[in-house]
Amino acid sequence: MKRIVTAFAALFGLATGAQAQDEVKLGVLLGFTGPIESLTPQMAWGAEYAAREATESGAFMGGSSVAVVRGDSTCIDSAVATAAAERLVTSDKVSGIVGADCSGVTGAVLQNVARPNGIVMISPSATSPALSTAEDDGLFFRTAPSDARQGQVMSSILMDRGVETVALTYTNNDYGKGLADSFAAAFAEDGGTVTVSLSHEDGKGDYSAEVGALASAGGDALVVAGYIDQGGLGVIQASLDAGAFETFVLPDGMIGPSIIENIGGDLEGSFGQMPGSDSMAGMVLVDAAAADGIDGTTIYVAESYDAAALIILAMQAAGSHMSEDYKSKIFDVANAPGEPILPGELGKALEILAAGGEVDYVGASDVELIGSGEAAGKFQEVEVANGEFVTIGYR
Amino acid sequence: MDFLNAAAAFANFVLVPGFSYGSQLALGALGVTLVYAVLRFANFAHGDTMAFGGMTAVFGTWWLQSRGIDLGPLPTTLIALPFSIVATIGLVLLVDRLIYRHYRRVKAPLVTFVIVSFGVMLVVNGLVRLIIGPDQQRFADGERFIVSAREFKSLTGLQEGLAFKTTQGITIVAAVVLMAMLFWFLNRTRTGKSMRAYSDNEDLALLSGINPEKVVALCWIIAGGLTAVAGVLYGLDKIFKPFTYFQLLLPIFAAAVVGGMGNPIGAVAGGYLVAFSEIGITYAFKKVVNHLLPQAWEAQGLLQLLSTEYKFAVSFVMLVIVLLLRPTGLFRGRAF
Repeated sequence: MKRIVTAFAALFGLATGAQAQDEVKLGVLLGFTGPIESLTPQMAWGAEYAAREATESGAFMGGSSVAVVRGDSTCIDSAVATAAAERLVTSDKVSGIVGADCSGVTGAVLQNVARPNGIVMISPSATSPALSTAEDDGLFFRTAPSDARQGQVMSSILMDRGVETVALTYTNNDYGKGLADSFAAAFAEDGGTVTVSLSHEDGKGDYSAEVGALASAGGDALVVAGYIDQGGLGVIQASLDAGAFETFVLPDGMIGPSIIENIGGDLEGSFGQMPGSDSMAGMVLVDAAAADGIDGTTIYVAESYDAAALIILAMQAAGSHMSEDYKSKIFDVANAPGEPILPGELGKALEILAAGGEVDYVGASDVELIGSGEAAGKFQEVEVANGEFVTIGYR
Repeated sequence: MDFLNAAAAFANFVLVPGFSYGSQLALGALGVTLVYAVLRFANFAHGDTMAFGGMTAVFGTWWLQSRGIDLGPLPTTLIALPFSIVATIGLVLLVDRLIYRHYRRVKAPLVTFVIVSFGVMLVVNGLVRLIIGPDQQRFADGERFIVSAREFKSLTGLQEGLAFKTTQGITIVAAVVLMAMLFWFLNRTRTGKSMRAYSDNEDLALLSGINPEKVVALCWIIAGGLTAVAGVLYGLDKIFKPFTYFQLLLPIFAAAVVGGMGNPIGAVAGGYLVAFSEIGITYAFKKVVNHLLPQAWEAQGLLQLLSTEYKFAVSFVMLVIVLLLRPTGLFRGRAF
């Protein structure tokens, strides 16, 4: 018995000792169950691919490897997400977290786990503007743009088109309210007028009452910060039926082929914006994913890869896998100056950093960190013409 | 001062939607009130039976469209409507035979019937979502407008548009025709009179040789037909989505109770009253008032009594007020 215990102790000691030397663990905290479970396996693949690339290059912290441990954030249940993150940090001893995914659980994990334990987390997909101002001790970053940024982009698109008064309706949840508030603030700053800001509930059969109030307030166009298969569609249909508005401004949640199928020709001339980049770098990742039998074209795969890559590069730049040491390096590796780094070039970046050089990580989603550490975000301006969304340009 | 523009805006956003929504509620409330009059319980399954009627019409329309059959400017659904009525009547008769009849035989207290109807509601709700799915379906075709807002503007030269949808026209016409037929049936035919007699005094009706099972079956047939039409028209005019019919239950009950439970005239009046209250109280009158007032007095606010989020609260409040102050309803139905 004694011998067995000693053997176990020796084994355990060996294992942990080995880890501390040449294996760095990275947590991937995404909603593998829940409302976005169809997207998260691909996102996790993105993060794991970055880890594999760094390991295989052999250049990461003198030949260390990066191992990935998954945790389930559920996207909606903050208590479960917090417990999963706690497990990653205290039991798996991860050195950084890629996640969480949805804005609500991300905020909860940041406050309850990341800050108390001093662990860096980079979310690939949380877009709530509230996260920009959350207390984070310099530990929280995101490779997805805040909806505050989208509000500014939408406002400048409207100004460029000479639309100065709009009515605004939003779906009554964190996404809709956050986007509506940031847009209203940006639009007022640019000199525009929001005649009314009215929420709508999803899943109703009839939106004529909402449209009546919006029409009374008036405006040259109607901004619909809603969902394409839900209330947003209903509001647009009811507006067209009543002749209340003819031009609609559509943010990311409203853009897709189904809305043109459902509304038809009356949508001609409406416009909007969605996250999108004209860089071809993302294709490298899509091809690599296809080789692993994964569909890399779904949303936020590139952002997940970039989130993991940023943590790895920052560790290299700091020469340490302790969050306390490398958290200040994330901005350095993400932004200029330095050698631009595309996906698939992590090995090169690691070597440059090891030699004391500087890198400007571009990655698959054109990473540029601004403000408190969030992606500047490139947006694609689109307009409905001849029955489809046509790209006007990038902002 | 611009009376015509004010009138057009008011008609576009209050009158026309109010009349079509009111017609849909009135048809629904008539079904609820008939079941209450004859079987003496509030049928919670009504909303979801409407969804069932709507669903059968959707399938019928799709089948007709796949065969290339249409009605030109009118929606194809009108051909599928009889099929939907028959299917819905079949459903309610089946439910009555399998479930309610048992409770009538054991002379269960009325509250049991209410709870049983709640169970039926859950089952029908699940059935509909199982068959057609929880998503919204479009099945309207044909000409969308009798007069569109744009046409109205160029026709009259007014600043305000007035849209009148084909589906709104069909809804109002169908409701008026059905109501006229129902009242004629109840007041002029022998069978209708026997139904009313049964409803007024069950024992006396039995003594005079009226067959209760026949009256009950007839009641379900009429209520089922009205339910199907109401469900199809609502789906046609707004959108077909199973869950919205469940939400519709509250305004329908409010309409039936406000008018007087068990009183068909009350159900019709209640339907329009609830519809106009919901729309009138949540409508922002800014535009209408500004057309009427001189420019110097122009209103800046929306002039809205209650935000549109509280639309359903209006019918709830009406329900509570009527139950507190006049439980028999405006037209002296039974106390609910």
